[in-house]
Amino acid sequence: MITAASPQSSPKISKISEAVIRIAGNSQDGIQAIGGFLARLAGRSEQEVMTFMTIPSTISGGPSIFQVRIGSGEVLSAGDEADMLLAFYDHSYKAHLSSLKPGGIVIYDSDHMKAEDISVENLTKYRHVGVPISSLTVEAIGGTGRDKGKNVFSLGLLAKMFDLNVTKLTRLLTERFTGKDPKVAETALNAFNAGYNYQLATAPELFQFNPGENVGLSQVVMSGNEALAYGLIAAGVRFGAGYPITPWTDIMELLRRELPKYGGSFQQCEDELASISMAIGASWGGRVAVTGSSGPGISLKTEALGWAVMAEMPLIVVDVQRGGPSTGMPTSIEQSDLNIACFGGHGDSPRVVIAPSSVEDCFYTAIEAVNIARKYSTPVVILSDQGIATRIEAFKEPDLQNIVQDISPDLTPVTDHKPYDLSAPDGITRHLAPGTRIASGKYPVVTGLEHDELGHPTGSSKLHVQMVAKRRNKLKKLASELPVPVVYGAAEGQILLVSWGSSQGPVQEAVKLARAAGHAVSAVHIKYIHPLPPGLDNIFAAFSHVFVVELNDEGFAGIGQMGALIRTYIPDAKIRGITKTDGLTWKVKDIVDRALQMAK
Amino acid sequence: MSEVAILNPTTSRGVNTNTTPVAPLLDADRKPLTKKEVSADHPTWCPGCGDFAVLALYFKLIERRKLQHEKITTVAGIGCSSRFPYFVQAHGAHYIHGRALPFASGVSLSRPDLQVCVFGGDGDAFSIGGNHFTHTARKNVRLTYVVMDNSVYGLTKNQTSPTSPIGFKSKTDIWGSKDRPINPIKQAISAGATFVARTTATSPNHVLAMMEASMDHDGFSFIQCLSECVEFYPGAFDAAIPRKGGVFNEIPKEHDVTDEYASYKLADTEWPGLFGVFYKTQRATKNANEQSIIDDLQGKSAGLEPWQILKKNFDRMK
Repeated sequence: MITAASPQSSPKISKISEAVIRIAGNSQDGIQAIGGFLARLAGRSEQEVMTFMTIPSTISGGPSIFQVRIGSGEVLSAGDEADMLLAFYDHSYKAHLSSLKPGGIVIYDSDHMKAEDISVENLTKYRHVGVPISSLTVEAIGGTGRDKGKNVFSLGLLAKMFDLNVTKLTRLLTERFTGKDPKVAETALNAFNAGYNYQLATAPELFQFNPGENVGLSQVVMSGNEALAYGLIAAGVRFGAGYPITPWTDIMELLRRELPKYGGSFQQCEDELASISMAIGASWGGRVAVTGSSGPGISLKTEALGWAVMAEMPLIVVDVQRGGPSTGMPTSIEQSDLNIACFGGHGDSPRVVIAPSSVEDCFYTAIEAVNIARKYSTPVVILSDQGIATRIEAFKEPDLQNIVQDISPDLTPVTDHKPYDLSAPDGITRHLAPGTRIASGKYPVVTGLEHDELGHPTGSSKLHVQMVAKRRNKLKKLASELPVPVVYGAAEGQILLVSWGSSQGPVQEAVKLARAAGHAVSAVHIKYIHPLPPGLDNIFAAFSHVFVVELNDEGFAGIGQMGALIRTYIPDAKIRGITKTDGLTWKVKDIVDRALQMAK
Repeated sequence: MSEVAILNPTTSRGVNTNTTPVAPLLDADRKPLTKKEVSADHPTWCPGCGDFAVLALYFKLIERRKLQHEKITTVAGIGCSSRFPYFVQAHGAHYIHGRALPFASGVSLSRPDLQVCVFGGDGDAFSIGGNHFTHTARKNVRLTYVVMDNSVYGLTKNQTSPTSPIGFKSKTDIWGSKDRPINPIKQAISAGATFVARTTATSPNHVLAMMEASMDHDGFSFIQCLSECVEFYPGAFDAAIPRKGGVFNEIPKEHDVTDEYASYKLADTEWPGLFGVFYKTQRATKNANEQSIIDDLQGKSAGLEPWQILKKNFDRMK
């Protein structure tokens, strides 16, 4: 933690274990790039890192921030308050000063803000450092690119302030600009060095990170969307189809670029209906395929998803949630698609929904989703959210040699086959890929109509009853085989916080904070959302209050979407919701305050 | 969580498959399928429906081209004609309304070894699925699309279809339709289809000739096959049936099928129009284009296992 220090003639150097740095400017200033460099540097320096960013949903740009939290120990959230704010403009300063903790340092661009305009109140509360960032950048790079490059200049400033590893940063910068005009890399390094060598004599304090704990760990640094896409590739997925929509688009772009290397392809389709249909066609072709979208696009896919449920076709549907309904808040964080993921569609249409909780978990969740889809012949929705999708984290490099799967279709001829065999002891449908010879000469059909064991349509109510039960029971079997969730903190106490998706980190940090203050608070994270895993009732029984923490509206019944879902399994009034819809990630302190208030 | 808790099933096959080994058969040793072997459920169509002829000719095509069960994939959307896959003894898919083409494209693009045939009606193709018709045509996905056009919604019992002529009286246009109908041939040509033909279920030899030509075509082949709905639009195509006093005019021999404008113009011929191949051109298929991207990228990582290719990416993210 950065603590306030009395001003000195030469800045003193403080040892810190973590820091939260918020960079605020406009989206075209390249502040995401600085954040990215810091995150990758932390990964290479065996430190934990988590980031949070906002981007405007307009094309031409607008205010934007990137927050990075680097720690020598475990980092679970992007941090409630910043230790340092780097503000490029007067408007960035005004909008984000309140995110700075009292005594924190603000570096502002004195070309865009005058020192005399800063109020006495702010001067007392925060420590100010004015640096003519724009003009010094122009000076450093020769003035051709105007102030483009002030992000790299600022990175130099931060490197100085936090005694970052310049050799590693220089290498990162060189790697980043390799392949472009050599002058570009040279210019970037000039800007960086100008920032690094700037006389920070006016800085109140300089910092040094304690060594990281992840010594010897080989870490990779990426966003949640990247991890999810690479997870799908590792799982053996070789075909996908989609339509662009924020924030899902990164995944389709990556798969489009990467899949051909593995002999596969990703198709950009004319619409959402075509993209899920193409993916289902490829799945029927014998290999689980992927489609995905966000918000409105998921609504459009639901009819086809219903077909996949009826035909019992393995399929992966990625939903990177954003603020809804309708076009809603395209670049805001929300977890309000849980209902459509679990229940969207007409008729009784059971399907599987799982939600990754972190960037690392995106990678493994993608693989599990594919395995569930294959094992139970079912569509699986991966419910990610904007909070994980764009966030950058460092995590232990997966053991790819052992993890990467082969799921090529098996076309060996068979004697006979009934996909919807009602007498199968495990109750699970399995399809043969077209191209498989069936010696009996009886070939199956896949359809959205209710059908018999070979897939041919039937109007028999008896068969409908049996097939509805079959589709339900195979997923009840999955539910019984799911791992029982593990309680974070003590196994009994006053308050149990329930998290899902990206809320896991902040909720676990809330548990630490509350326990440090002497409160009996624990947490449980639910990854397998639909169907729910076994054992929750026993876990809940050991607590007086169960609060489901989620980023959506409390609805008519005063409980969020996950809370309502849990209540259908465990109808206990002690299960209540802590929800919000401001489009931002959780602040750890807010969770603790609200939980303690509700438990009074 | 940093591991895979749910493991990959070791086999994709379950107890519902009798996997007793089957003696391998060379294609040369296999006889062409008979009509009996290739027919499945008895069609649910009304007696006299034009679709019966199309089905019978599909069987004949399979026999003539010595296609085996497992290599045929029959795909359809929703409508009377779209029940087609149930009647064919082969791997088949009866998909949702209007989306048969993207589904079939997924099959074609991921499984280039399969012959993909799509059947459907005019509502499925030009109304609810209109967007997909345009895009599948322009991308030139390798598959055959036979639209059995009866110019009326039959399954839902007599509503106006996108090809119903002006003045057609249906339950949704009791005073006669006033909307200009779609000309499927012009639509296909302008969308970029590389094989465009027109036939009528009442001319069996012609239907078979068009189907054969479409199968020889490498790309998106489209056949509009007029197929009468005896229940809701009887006599719709009498003008094209010689034994009912109509004229079955084939496209003139001298027509240049590669001339897009000439083909477009021919498609405007006065009712009942012309029959035969209007337009045919060779353009790289979507399948071939994707394969060339694959070949190009795979060439750069030749000899590497999938995990090693992925590792190279991860190494760059350290």
